[in-house]
Amino acid sequence: MPIIRPKINLLDTEHKKSIFTEAKSILETQGVFIENQEAKELFNQHEINNKDSRYFIPHDLVDKCLAFVPREITLYDREGNEHIQLKDDEVHFDPGSAAIFILDENTGKIREALSRDFVRFSKVVEHLKFIEAQSTALIYKDVPNVAQDWHRLYIALSNCYKPVVTGTFRKESFSIMRELLLACRLSEDDLAKKPLAIFDACPSPPLKWSDLTTQSLIDAAKSMIPSEFVSMPLAGANAPITLIGSITQHCTECLAGVVIAQLIKSGAPLVWGGSPAVFDMKQGVTPMGAIETMMINIGDIEMGKFLNMPTHAYMGLSDSKVPDSQAGFEAGMGALLAALAGNNMVSGPGMLDFESTQSIEKLIIDNEIVGMVQRFIQGIEDYGSPFAAEIIKDYEETQELLSHPTTLKHFRKELFLPSPIIDRTTRDTWKALGSKSARKRAREAAAKLEKKVPIKPIDESLIKELDKIVNNALK
Amino acid sequence: MSQEEIYTEICNAIVNLDEEKAINLAKKAVKEEIDLLEVIENGYAAGIRRVGELWEEGEFFLPELMKGAQIMQNCMDIIIPHLQKGSERISLGTVVIATIEGDIHSIGKTIVATMLRAYGFEVFDLGADVPAEKIIDIAIEKNADIIGVSALLTTTMIGQKKIIDLLKEKNLADKFKVIFGGAPVTSTWVEECNADGFADNAIEAIQLVKSLLNK
Repeated sequence: MPIIRPKINLLDTEHKKSIFTEAKSILETQGVFIENQEAKELFNQHEINNKDSRYFIPHDLVDKCLAFVPREITLYDREGNEHIQLKDDEVHFDPGSAAIFILDENTGKIREALSRDFVRFSKVVEHLKFIEAQSTALIYKDVPNVAQDWHRLYIALSNCYKPVVTGTFRKESFSIMRELLLACRLSEDDLAKKPLAIFDACPSPPLKWSDLTTQSLIDAAKSMIPSEFVSMPLAGANAPITLIGSITQHCTECLAGVVIAQLIKSGAPLVWGGSPAVFDMKQGVTPMGAIETMMINIGDIEMGKFLNMPTHAYMGLSDSKVPDSQAGFEAGMGALLAALAGNNMVSGPGMLDFESTQSIEKLIIDNEIVGMVQRFIQGIEDYGSPFAAEIIKDYEETQELLSHPTTLKHFRKELFLPSPIIDRTTRDTWKALGSKSARKRAREAAAKLEKKVPIKPIDESLIKELDKIVNNALK
Repeated sequence: MSQEEIYTEICNAIVNLDEEKAINLAKKAVKEEIDLLEVIENGYAAGIRRVGELWEEGEFFLPELMKGAQIMQNCMDIIIPHLQKGSERISLGTVVIATIEGDIHSIGKTIVATMLRAYGFEVFDLGADVPAEKIIDIAIEKNADIIGVSALLTTTMIGQKKIIDLLKEKNLADKFKVIFGGAPVTSTWVEECNADGFADNAIEAIQLVKSLLNK
């Protein structure tokens, strides 16, 4: 146990209360725009007032629904083993999802992704120790349009054992994706008890839940599959420019999601998440590497914790187009700040260019960043005093402490031991090894990792089952 | 005050984003029966062109660009009803613009629509998540010169191509110029679809539309 769990806060309790109160008041007076018929009927059943598809959710209903949300979610791997927990200040990372391009590490060019890229990507994620969950990280064009969402889950499950963060692009896809997940479990009940995937549900700013995303939230709740809100206020464009205003808008949109899911099924597992950004006032883009974007994220995370929900944020990304120093510092700052905020699921590794591009090179570098970040939040441990006096005394005799019992006992825990992606060689050695940049080293590592035997090879009967579902769905 | 001085004052009001002053000057121009076409061209249009330049020079940011365009629009709403018949400055061309079906990302499209309006185009902004058929129907109804289609997702980009295909099907390919917008749009995609162009930002979009219409 560390002496102090390193933490960062940008909001005090008083402001969290005010944001929560204002968000409930916005829901009650300005309402949320609902497109989905099933959600409308649900709201009508609960006699929630509405006008022109805008539903005015009473504050006491919000409080009631919040009380049903589970405080933690345990995710299980493909084989049904407990993998990670989204609770308290635990921090886990998954690759940023749904990139439309890949930075091809062999040509150095950004291009549209193909399914074979996602196969390689998933195989690499299998081996990256600090990327504890996978995601449907790439959208590829060499499958029929109608299969572009669910096919990614098939590739992910076929090539990597880790739990998956995913989502739908079409309402019809949820049932196929549920079938793929069920193939990895004994029964529907087993899937509910041992969640393998989280579905992203993305409200449209400001204050709108689209037909598609509401349906995904509803379908997931019915099956007790976790949903993760990805509310994305753009400060200054479709959300207030003030960071606190955007945090309040995020809170409002998420609270509406809480109500929809809990009215469908109380106790439905939910993650308080988002992908907010400030709007770049010159380029008209959404910089994920902007420090203010990270500040909104931290505020959102604090609100999720205040409401006792597991949390998520898009952090550890970069807007650079290649894994250069901008990519390193933006990803590094984001990952560290997310961890200091105690964010449970951090989506971002590998991602470049405003969430549009995935890079296996960056993913491999980010794995090292996350390793260091995880070490940082372990903090400083008290092994009992005296802390140094006796060890220093021993030095007089041996003139070194490398072989000291305390060194041997603790060095693997006290130090994060990086892979050769992080260069700590002498200059001569570095030259002798070809004077390579981190990016070049990552590129070489990628080629090896994608060929490496999986940590948990998939069972042959399971792959057959998954293939069968896919073949039927493509008919 | 000489007419030249009034034009300068109008231009400055736009550049300084002084809405109250710009509107008062519009009302004054109407009341005093100054040549309104000259007022628009040498005052307001000069002002908004300067706003665009300031944006390109890095001095102005998007909120200022948008505000300038909106002030311009509000002033035009005052002046245009008083223009003498026959003196048609006015529309440089008609643009129907929308974000394609299945895509709800509207901010980029809204910025482009606002800027085009400010630069003197008649713009029909159909909003987001609009089916290709509807965009074409309205383009026909409004006798548009340009159809602008935005998409942010690769999954919805296909809808941009659908516009081109539908126009061909209806033998309307020569009637409209079709331009694309959105983060994933590239020159290759524009060529692949046989579209007429795309732009990276709102100011480039104006230049693109102007060049397509030889304005």
